[in-house]
Amino acid sequence: MILRLAIGSLLARALTVGMTVLAIALSVALFLGVEKVRTGARASFADTISGTDLIVGARSGSVQLLLYSVFRIGNATNNVSWESYQDIAARPEVDWIVPISLGDSHRQFRVMGTTPAFFEHYKYRGGRSLEIREGHGLGDLYDAVIGADVAAALGYAVGDGIVVSHGLASFTDHDDQPFRIAGIIAKTGTPVDRTVIVSLEAIEAIHVDWQSGAQGQGRTTPVEVIRAMDLTPKAITAALVGTESRLQIFGLQRWINEYAEEPLLAILPGVALSELWQIVGVAETALMGVSLMVVVTALLGMTAMIFSSLNERRREMAIWRAMGARPGTILGLLVLEAMLMAAAGAVAGMALLYLGLVVAQPWIDAAFGIWLPIEAPRPREILVLATVIAAAGLASLLPALRAYRLSLADGMMVRI
Amino acid sequence: MPEPAIALTDVVFAWPGRGGFSLHCPTFEMAPGESVLLLGASGSGKSTLLSLICGIVAADRGRVSVDGTDLGTLGAGARDRFRAERIGVIFQQFNLLPYARVADNILLPLQFAPARRARAGDAAGEAARLCAALGLPGDVLAMQAGRLSVGQQQRVAVARALIGAPPVIVADEPTSALDAATQDAFLALLFDQAGAAGSSLLMVSHDERLGARFDRVIRLEDIVSAQGVAA
Repeated sequence: MILRLAIGSLLARALTVGMTVLAIALSVALFLGVEKVRTGARASFADTISGTDLIVGARSGSVQLLLYSVFRIGNATNNVSWESYQDIAARPEVDWIVPISLGDSHRQFRVMGTTPAFFEHYKYRGGRSLEIREGHGLGDLYDAVIGADVAAALGYAVGDGIVVSHGLASFTDHDDQPFRIAGIIAKTGTPVDRTVIVSLEAIEAIHVDWQSGAQGQGRTTPVEVIRAMDLTPKAITAALVGTESRLQIFGLQRWINEYAEEPLLAILPGVALSELWQIVGVAETALMGVSLMVVVTALLGMTAMIFSSLNERRREMAIWRAMGARPGTILGLLVLEAMLMAAAGAVAGMALLYLGLVVAQPWIDAAFGIWLPIEAPRPREILVLATVIAAAGLASLLPALRAYRLSLADGMMVRI
Repeated sequence: MPEPAIALTDVVFAWPGRGGFSLHCPTFEMAPGESVLLLGASGSGKSTLLSLICGIVAADRGRVSVDGTDLGTLGAGARDRFRAERIGVIFQQFNLLPYARVADNILLPLQFAPARRARAGDAAGEAARLCAALGLPGDVLAMQAGRLSVGQQQRVAVARALIGAPPVIVADEPTSALDAATQDAFLALLFDQAGAAGSSLLMVSHDERLGARFDRVIRLEDIVSAQGVAA
């Protein structure tokens, strides 16, 4: 009956209580949303590469190498020479090695030169292989295989012709050597979805007439001549390496890092990723802190609302006291009301979050490549909601103690 | 000889921080089943006296006894429980929790009084019987209290005071918000039901015309001396 009366009391003040519940709901949705994006981003990043033991590139920072080679974020400051690549490939510890060459683009998407071995060895989300949804892999020199987002965003189908642009933000196209879309990769939720993949030789072919990043004037080598040329690259951007045994990873890493012919860097993707989290962690903590403050603000608003209602509820408290309720019962009643408001806010906040996820999930995936799963609340989220409800009870103790003292002083004799 | 329903002996009480209002009651007694009208002007200490009798506050000195129990021997929590068990309270107006159903309002004191709940037996049935006896509509129990007229609310307050037949009913100017015609009907119902329950009735009022219905009429100044300004 006490619970029913507490709910009735809240419903009787529907407008102010509703606003308070809405504020709590929005703050809870924001807090859980930030947490969802944070874990979603981490999971998406962690799922991007799997089964690769080392990533090798020119010596720079390990996070930088990870970002440009796997996530297509930023650029390499230098390349790895083909000789060095072959030296690494010849090491007995190496089970497989896949070269990648970056630097050109098609529209807003990066173009990556690689070998067919990429499709064999690149794994994501716990060991899943790339699957070509339509068409086939790289066959001809001018074949391109595109990611699902590239196909969706630009409306491409197998057989369509595309032209690769030189560099990442240039107005110069390699329009003398157009590519044909040979295949479209099924959606992976990784940067592969936003990549145009061509052969390593093709990257070399489109740069035949280029020197030091600029096109030689008036020189246009015919395609037939290019096809007959030796298109072995002089340099690559990076290489993904798998070892014969995991025990050999550190030995090979040390060998590459101490390679005398050229300054190279070999990184373990997992270690580099945790370094990245350490950097991003500060921003994450700040974001969590801000959203936590929003929850605290909403609870303070609720406390202020209870405080302001105390005076007009003195008569009501006097009735409770006259019926035999102790001052402690009055205190408990106000705490119960606050916890009911917080519970309603928490549930509404959760509902808002799921609604937001349903609406924003495809957009966030397309825009940022972050997949936010819609799934049952995790124990951590339930704990957050329980903490909000408990914090509301705790915050309401201030006005509740005031009500306690008022009801002691007023007794049952409040005149209105 | 049965214990008096209410007995005050040499009671002294002063409100802390209320303009120093203090009250002294040398002696006052009410027999079981007796009805007493206590007449007094505003600020004469009526509310303070009722607070002492209901155990909301404890006397600084002297003895306040209700239904044979010396309230001075009880702690604050025990006095609250005692009030729920043995005293039915009716206010001047705004008696009910307006957002609650009439049934919940009537049954509320039983939440804090297990013995009174046991006395009431089928509490919902008893609430319905009291409402019918007080001339309230048959469907009133399910209605929200705030939607009733003032007169109906006062009758619901009587039903709440009488449920579980407490030995003492304390009424603080329960008719002042009612018009003259309704006052008579209300008092007739109150007396009938208090008599049926065997409860003593202590009513406080400033209206001398009500006196004819009561066994005794007492002026507050005859039993209480007060100093300062009452709340």
